[in-house]
Amino acid sequence: MNKIILITGTSKGIGRYLCEYYLEKGFTIVGCSRSESSLKNENYTHFCLNVSDEKKVKEMFHTIKKEIGTVDILINNAGIASMNHVLLTPMSTLENIFSTNVFGTYLFLREAAKVMMKKKWGRIINFATVATPLKLEGEAIYASSKAAVKSITEVSSKELAEYGITVNAIGPTPIETDLIRSVPKEKMDALIQRQAIKRLGEFRDVSNVVDFLIQEESDFITGQTIYLGGV
Amino acid sequence: MLETQNKIKNIIFQAIDEINLELPKNKQIVKSDNTQLYGSQSPLDSLELVNLIVSIEDNIDSEFDKSITIANEKAMSMKNSPFRDVISLVSFINELLEENE
Repeated sequence: MNKIILITGTSKGIGRYLCEYYLEKGFTIVGCSRSESSLKNENYTHFCLNVSDEKKVKEMFHTIKKEIGTVDILINNAGIASMNHVLLTPMSTLENIFSTNVFGTYLFLREAAKVMMKKKWGRIINFATVATPLKLEGEAIYASSKAAVKSITEVSSKELAEYGITVNAIGPTPIETDLIRSVPKEKMDALIQRQAIKRLGEFRDVSNVVDFLIQEESDFITGQTIYLGGV
Repeated sequence: MLETQNKIKNIIFQAIDEINLELPKNKQIVKSDNTQLYGSQSPLDSLELVNLIVSIEDNIDSEFDKSITIANEKAMSMKNSPFRDVISLVSFINELLEENE
């Protein structure tokens, strides 16, 4: 039971929730975000970094190996979004979103897999979004960055299977977090109407899928993206 | 300098030992300066080379307290691959460690 979970983007939102949820279940958690964490728990270690900074990410894994020993489960949660029309989206938005969502996800996946492969066991969970299959207007860059995450999930699941590592992704619907705070209510209502189950997602919907993917019995499930809400 | 190179070579040999544990007796990789790690004459298949590189990076990390990326763009674009034999890889890793000072 005493597995070590690494969660990225733990300062708020889903990452913070998952941190507290799994601490309560007795896991040891390593978290990271750009800012300091207010979470104080003897089983929680926090790193301050930008997930797309390769040098810092490698240093973080170096410290984890030395001081904590290993990583059993990676929850690649850190992500940012930005809504804009394609004709108005500046290049800097592309760079920021792809840096965090794609490069960050990839760097953590790569470094965690190097640690997990030695034990021939590991679980990697990436974060996709319903914005990709729903082809949401205004989300071209966010949706395409998460489409890249879906592809990374699928290809790496094949490359890492022989090391006993599964790689899957969760595609949440909108959840009441900072990520969707700037989206107009009518846009949000229209989006929810396109789901089979017409409600906002909740944090527990995400932890439910994570619980399923990290359990021992899920060792035959890999390369999948599980969308919530019936998308 | 020579001491560092010997340390690196031992790390590579240690990684070869780890790969050999998984290989049948008739496919064991010889630990020598000239053992080819890449190309048609190499006894390693592509996945074994991946495992070897990951294992070397990890052992360098513990031994030298430095994180390096061996299969970097420089390695991929060099005319003579640093993976062509053990001795070339030793000097390539030595350079990476010096750059990392």
